[in-house]
Amino acid sequence: MIYQDSTTLLKVRGLHATVNGIEILKGIDLTVNSGEVHAIMGPNGSGKSTFAKVLAGHPAYEVTGGTVEFEGKNLLEFAPEARARAGLFLGFQYPVEIPGVANSQFLRLAYNTVQQQRGKEELDPLEFDDFVREKMKLLEMNPDFLDRSVNEGFSGGEKKRNEILQMALLEPKLGILDETDSGLDIDALRVVAGGVNQLAHKDNAIVLVTHYQRLLNYIVPDYVHVMDGGRIIKTGGKTLAVELETRGYDWVSAAYKAEVSARA
Amino acid sequence: MSATISNSYLAGLLTGRPDLSAAFSSPAHAWLNRLRADAVDRVGALTVPTTRDEEWRFTDISPLTRIPFQPTRNAPSLDAGKIEHFTLPEPGARLVFVDGVYAPELSFNNAGIVMENLAAGMARHGAQIAPHLGRYAQFHGNVFTALNTAFLHDGAVILVPDNTSVTAPLHLLFIATQEGTASYPRCLVVAQSGSSATLIEDYVALTDEAYFSNAVSEIVIADNAHLNHVRVQRENGAAFHISSCAVALAHASRYQSVSVALGARISRYDLNVVQAAAGAECTVDGLALIAGSQLADTHSCIDHAQPNGTSRQLHKCIVDGAAHAVFNGKIIVRPGAQRTDSSQSSRNLLLTGKARIDTKPQLEIFADDVKCAHGATVGQLEGEEVFYLRSRGLSDAAARNLLTYAFGAEIIDRIPVPTLKHRLEQIVLAHTNH
Repeated sequence: MIYQDSTTLLKVRGLHATVNGIEILKGIDLTVNSGEVHAIMGPNGSGKSTFAKVLAGHPAYEVTGGTVEFEGKNLLEFAPEARARAGLFLGFQYPVEIPGVANSQFLRLAYNTVQQQRGKEELDPLEFDDFVREKMKLLEMNPDFLDRSVNEGFSGGEKKRNEILQMALLEPKLGILDETDSGLDIDALRVVAGGVNQLAHKDNAIVLVTHYQRLLNYIVPDYVHVMDGGRIIKTGGKTLAVELETRGYDWVSAAYKAEVSARA
Repeated sequence: MSATISNSYLAGLLTGRPDLSAAFSSPAHAWLNRLRADAVDRVGALTVPTTRDEEWRFTDISPLTRIPFQPTRNAPSLDAGKIEHFTLPEPGARLVFVDGVYAPELSFNNAGIVMENLAAGMARHGAQIAPHLGRYAQFHGNVFTALNTAFLHDGAVILVPDNTSVTAPLHLLFIATQEGTASYPRCLVVAQSGSSATLIEDYVALTDEAYFSNAVSEIVIADNAHLNHVRVQRENGAAFHISSCAVALAHASRYQSVSVALGARISRYDLNVVQAAAGAECTVDGLALIAGSQLADTHSCIDHAQPNGTSRQLHKCIVDGAAHAVFNGKIIVRPGAQRTDSSQSSRNLLLTGKARIDTKPQLEIFADDVKCAHGATVGQLEGEEVFYLRSRGLSDAAARNLLTYAFGAEIIDRIPVPTLKHRLEQIVLAHTNH
């Protein structure tokens, strides 16, 4: 939702980034205010996921130009953990499996670390257990998932629910969800989207990175951005997503190219 | 090392043999005296292995031969309070050995089966012991098994009768307390048909000085019987620990073992499992977690001698500092051992640039209708895993510690004794918190 008295959470200007010396992001501009839901769409290889990982501070990517401000601070100076503690959350496209660490142990460690950094109360295992079970209801998750190793042997849908559960626990100001809809059947999609909708409020913001429009039937964006070739080449409202679904991406790319050559 | 020096070292070790002619004087013990005498002869014929021996290629045990270890004649009597942090609430029976000598005052048996010191058990249960003792742990080519057999006296005999399920674990606790001592504990477990039990072998220290543990276990599992075997080697950092375990599996029997090596300056564990009848199953898991200049060597051999057997093996090493881990995992599938289903995985984590691992899966397959999978990985912590945890607020160090812990915990989790599992988890946690 777009609010009059919103504050700017994320301000990206001219962001360039490389991986293994290859430039993937070629000048991204994006502003996200509190209360808003943004969708970043685009064909495979357009740089959407790279953008999400760069915002979260993935060490494999090198920022070679531009600025990123998070609540007015230079986000690029922060280590990944500092970004998380400051209130940035990345929901992974491929959540990592960690055999040997119980999900409950991992969730509590993450929760308490972030709580401590924010000067808030930490929870002991019993208190945390009650707290996390409440949050799990939001995502219709079986409490058995607490005892299993982190993501190990989870189905695609279970892994994505676990990601949103982490978002629910860490209460970020900005949640970036990378292809959260991939690998989900329609029921799981509805549950996951319902969870995200319940977590969205006027003081936080959500950025959905997605290839398909169907997620946007459940989480309605205020802005839809189309990425291609490492840039945002078009921005529109929620109807743009519907148009992309019927017409594909080529016409946007063609229009952008025509515009660029007209300018040149 | 020349053969002469090696032999004089072994001869020196043998001078510490107590005179046991009085203890085992009855004619019924003639076989035992013969076994020991054969072992003494064999020690005389063998030499201390060097890195030129294929089986000891990566494990230089010459530091052992610089210390003239001797068995103790007077082990201290310990207060129960002194061993409190090594005892566990679960066991139904416990035998304690101090510097290799049986300590009856610290031991108990409420398990309702025969579990007692081998020396005493020999008189009462000789007929059940004689067919097995020394039959599985072959000493012909292994000088350390020969030494242990030459000294054969104290140790455990555990006899689980037919169709008996012993639910509470059976605990063997070996405590080293004195510098320069050599101990030669021997353990024989006979699990009769249809029985089940859980055995814990635990090697600990109440001293920081160097000593030598040379332990040998023999485990016989009869038809349809099931044994869980947990082995924890947490000797002190100056100790030498050289041990072996021989397991014989009968028809449709099951052997599940978890062995954890944390201690010792130099340790070596040889585990040999023979599936001597059809349909046997074994799960053989291991974890070595070492640091500093420790060396931990595990050699295992799973011998599928008969058809329809299965074996599962996951061996992990976490190597910190300038430590060195060795794993040699042999799987033999004999001709006729058709429909064998075997898998082996060796996974290793190096925490520093100086840490070293030598891992060698060794498959010898002589049957055609078999399923054998094996693999070995050596690596450092995965960048993706570390990033995932950092993106949830954990510091780089906390993320790495947690992942290292998790790597080891996967093995510890398989220990079926909750208190022991929890304590080992705490130890692994402490090891991995830098």
